[in-house]
Amino acid sequence: MHKESAIREPLILGHKTYHDITEDVCRSIEGKAPRNWYIMFGISLLVGLYGVGCILYLLGVGIGTWGLNKTVEWAWDITNFVWWVGIGHAGTLISAVLMLFRQKWRMAINRSAEAMTIFAVFMAGMFPLIHMGRLWVGYWVLPLPNEFGSLWVNFNSPLLWDVFAISTYLSVSFVFWYIGLIPDFATIRDRAKSPVAIKAYSLLSFGWSGRAKHWNRFEIVTLVLAGLATPLVFSVHSIVSFDFATSVIPGWHTTIFPPYFVAGAVFSGFAMVQTLLLVLRKAMHLENYIHTKHVEYMNIVIMTTGSMVGVAYLTELFMSWYSGVEYEAYAFLNRATGPYWWAYAFMMTFNVVSPQLMWFKKLRRSLMFTFFISIVVNTGMWFERFVIIVTSIHQDYLPSSWSMFYPTWVDIGVYIGTIGLFFMFYMAYVRYFPVLAMAEVKTILKSSGESYKNGSAELNSGSDDEILTNNKNN
Amino acid sequence: MADRVIYAMYDDDDVIKTAAKKLVADGIHITDVFSPFPIHGIDPIIGVKHTRMGNVAFIFGLIGMSLALFGMRYFMIVDWPMNIGGKPNFSLMENLPSFIPITFEFTVLFAAHGMAITYLLRNKTLPGMPADNPYPRTTDDRFVMEILLSDNPSFTAEEIQAKVKQTDIVQVEEKEFKKIK
Repeated sequence: MHKESAIREPLILGHKTYHDITEDVCRSIEGKAPRNWYIMFGISLLVGLYGVGCILYLLGVGIGTWGLNKTVEWAWDITNFVWWVGIGHAGTLISAVLMLFRQKWRMAINRSAEAMTIFAVFMAGMFPLIHMGRLWVGYWVLPLPNEFGSLWVNFNSPLLWDVFAISTYLSVSFVFWYIGLIPDFATIRDRAKSPVAIKAYSLLSFGWSGRAKHWNRFEIVTLVLAGLATPLVFSVHSIVSFDFATSVIPGWHTTIFPPYFVAGAVFSGFAMVQTLLLVLRKAMHLENYIHTKHVEYMNIVIMTTGSMVGVAYLTELFMSWYSGVEYEAYAFLNRATGPYWWAYAFMMTFNVVSPQLMWFKKLRRSLMFTFFISIVVNTGMWFERFVIIVTSIHQDYLPSSWSMFYPTWVDIGVYIGTIGLFFMFYMAYVRYFPVLAMAEVKTILKSSGESYKNGSAELNSGSDDEILTNNKNN
Repeated sequence: MADRVIYAMYDDDDVIKTAAKKLVADGIHITDVFSPFPIHGIDPIIGVKHTRMGNVAFIFGLIGMSLALFGMRYFMIVDWPMNIGGKPNFSLMENLPSFIPITFEFTVLFAAHGMAITYLLRNKTLPGMPADNPYPRTTDDRFVMEILLSDNPSFTAEEIQAKVKQTDIVQVEEKEFKKIK
């Protein structure tokens, strides 16, 4: 058995048994949904439907209905795209990178973070598709044999790399998530009472029965998937940043973009995980599994990645001056002092200053404060993308074509709509899916459970000498 | 004669490991163990070989990588070379740097999906498959050993049961063995 230092804070509080873990997770799936759930789901559904309506309207009349003009030809759509992809980075980071580092605290949060990833990437993928204007020819991005001569897609283009990166990321994240879900669905299946539930969870659990050989494969498969997903996470946001970095627009054409975007993505992703989990743990009574220590760990990640983003901002500023390129220097001067100075100021305060408050132990262990900061960071990261995209192009080489960007109601509707759809999916997920990776949490109960750590657990494993001696030593 | 099976149920992962060690030392062949989560260290005791899923992923990754490179070479170099911003398009080697991202993504795509599909097929876990765990609680907090009598020709059912009862069991049951999948 894996031993853990006694002074390390326990990850599972209270006196829990294996059965308690099952009960705690399945309770919300088997019971009736509380009224608040229906209210939340209803609101998200309505907002989501409004968004779908806006998208349909957009498809009907074309993207001229957005606030774009001939100078600012990329704005909210791409901002939202990058924002959602960024949010989608925390899930795989938690499940893959932290798995490779053998961080046990990830067990309590990986399932929900991965669900968030999948829904967020799904929302992200929608933006480039609708930005094509003619959604029905969206399949042209695939290298398909076609009737237009032997014309193929351009494999030198970062936009095409994006297509491959995002679709690989979405499908691999889904596979990773689902392979972990199968044993937990089996647990729910074996407890289900109603015939509909038995049928549904039997189908979802693929007939999993937990044989030793299957668990053996399970562990290797999840490990290899983690190994594959780790470089994937880094590559996806790097490729998203290539959309900008390989262009020759001052303000976009910088080599710092890939690492800076990845740090920013992890930063915003963890903020979104905090926002969701702080509510989820309360609403589903999972305080014993996702407690202050988990929140603190995540805040440390937010603080670290936030500092990286801060360094990147300052490096960019320095390089714009040091490069001696007047266009580059102007782009950054204009960002900070031009008509969009307020967006730049929001970005700087929210992303650079706010995470620094996490150096204070009191603050990073405060749940209310964390929730507040998580919202601030999410907003700040949206502004970051807006600043990068719009302020770099709104005053270009020809002063006569300088302009501003004003969103129309369709811009706003599509954006708000994706938030609605995202929460709609998430609400459905928390109602019908095991929000905690039960099988994985059970494996850490004996090494990181509070009652096992302080020796108060009644050890029914009397025959195992190893545990007994360990228990005495404590 | 139809095969019979003995199911020994335990309520702790460390207990079942100790018990398995003891039974195997006594010469009993444990056919399988059902558990709600992976029991670390049980595989060598009951003689489950290490999985080769890692190799599967590697092979699928190689296939994905070659497909991506061959595909891009055909599309961009052989079939329809395009002069885009004067970038080189005469040979694969010259154009390779801008093919790296997609080659990487395709490698990961193939390795992950190929391995996942192989995993599901080998486990016989597919949508609509029946489950064959003997007790519903083996996916909750019970650990069950499956001892097939045909795997232990040198012992009678009673002898095995007697040996199993010496370990810290919760219950033991002898049944007609039905192969579900």
